[in-house]
Amino acid sequence: MRLAISQRKSDSTFLRVMPMRKLLRPIKDVGIVGYGAYVPMFRIKSAEIGRVWGINAFPIEEKAVNNLDEDALTIGIEAARNALKRAKIDPGLIRAIWFGSESKPYAVKPSATVIAEAIGATPHLDAADFEFACKAGTEALQAAIGFVGSGMAEYAMAIGADTAQGRPGDHLEFTAAAGGAAYIVGEKSSETLAYFEGSYSYVTDTPDFWRRQHEHYPRHGNRFTGEPAYFRHIINAAKGLMEELGLTVNDFDYAVFHQPNVKFPLTVAKILGIPVERVKPGLLSGVIGNTYSGATLVGVSAVLDIAKPGERILWVSFGSGAGSDAFSLVVQDAIEEKRDLAPKTWDYINRKKYIDYALYVKHRGKLLM
Amino acid sequence: MGKPMQVSRFWRHFKEKYRLIGTKCKKCGKIHFPPRQVCNECGSREMEEVQLSGRGKVISWTIVRNPPSGFEYYKPYPLALIELEEGPIILAQLTDVEPEEITFGMEVEMVTRKIREFNEDGIILYGYKFRPPVK
Ligand SMILES: [Zn+2]
Repeated sequence: MRLAISQRKSDSTFLRVMPMRKLLRPIKDVGIVGYGAYVPMFRIKSAEIGRVWGINAFPIEEKAVNNLDEDALTIGIEAARNALKRAKIDPGLIRAIWFGSESKPYAVKPSATVIAEAIGATPHLDAADFEFACKAGTEALQAAIGFVGSGMAEYAMAIGADTAQGRPGDHLEFTAAAGGAAYIVGEKSSETLAYFEGSYSYVTDTPDFWRRQHEHYPRHGNRFTGEPAYFRHIINAAKGLMEELGLTVNDFDYAVFHQPNVKFPLTVAKILGIPVERVKPGLLSGVIGNTYSGATLVGVSAVLDIAKPGERILWVSFGSGAGSDAFSLVVQDAIEEKRDLAPKTWDYINRKKYIDYALYVKHRGKLLM
Repeated sequence: MGKPMQVSRFWRHFKEKYRLIGTKCKKCGKIHFPPRQVCNECGSREMEEVQLSGRGKVISWTIVRNPPSGFEYYKPYPLALIELEEGPIILAQLTDVEPEEITFGMEVEMVTRKIREFNEDGIILYGYKFRPPVK
């Protein structure tokens, strides 16, 4: 009994001496040496999906659909190659490839190893797949920042890519889309095209969306998807980050929020007091859909395609389950010479071919042979 | 069906299938794809690995409507002879293109896509295909 009391005492002493820190910031300053996006060329209009299910009000205009021979892994490969073109580094210097996705082609067998092989980064690296619903990509980015920022690695690559699945006829079918982007993190220098001022993660146990093993489609708790899940996490993450960095919304030239549709991120902007013009450049869900783990990574890539040195970007993801990662990025001079070294995000968005629901079903691999 | 053997044979060739790594003859400079140990131009055995650019043009093509097993889901698909800008000519599928859009001399670039799947529970093979350049 005595022992238990003194034990508790020392525990509380310990808790008091640890200062409460919210901001995540590595020892070394780190930035992005290369980024690359990829969006498949096929599109299906919401009206076409609605025609099949007798629905005529839609959250977005149209969404990107993968080709028959594409999956989250091949999307990751093309995004990674584009990032490498802009980074202009030997792929053998990349010491980690972390792949965030919720539509990995294999349940067991990493996708990151295939991507590492495809870009010539093997064998001296760490590789793993990350999972956290739609925030798996930024989760991988947080880890990459730490890996490079601690001095363990010169470069690390984070990828977010998905070929998202919506149950046929469910409202998620209108938005669940295909796409992704990759970021190569390196120590801040004249080679980095933007650097991280800091990041912040906000996580709680929230049962808003899930998929059990062996189930094809995720399920969602309707009551949870809005207020307690998406808005609560994104807004707290954004506010927490700005508070810790001593910044306000007026310090940011662009803001990119997770985009399951068009309305949610615009509502976040309104709540935070951010003008719509600063959100629009990174808000792509209206024309490509919700690319899940890829969503904010692709959105930020479109912003980097147009941003000027010195501009600041607020970047906040959201993943069901639930959590948000928030980053503050400052664009550097290298952006000007690097952005043209690979196709821009809008080059992919503009390269489009419409398909009907029958072909869509075939592209999604739904037909049994 | 010899599945494991096919997979291991493919696995030994990842460099060429995923990344288009060929060989260059150190003596006469000829570039080969797939990689060779002996130059078919000058007979030299002195070879070095070389990363091909992945750019080339279509010199001939056909539309496959009755594909071999493992490729049925992709039908119909175009199969083309492509002359790479470094010289080698290779046989590969075209992707992200409709049959009526294909022309002689059409510029293409390499992408890595799913080549074949061995059923729902089997291994997925990835490799090179070609498509019209994005930009
Ligand atoms: Zn020779």
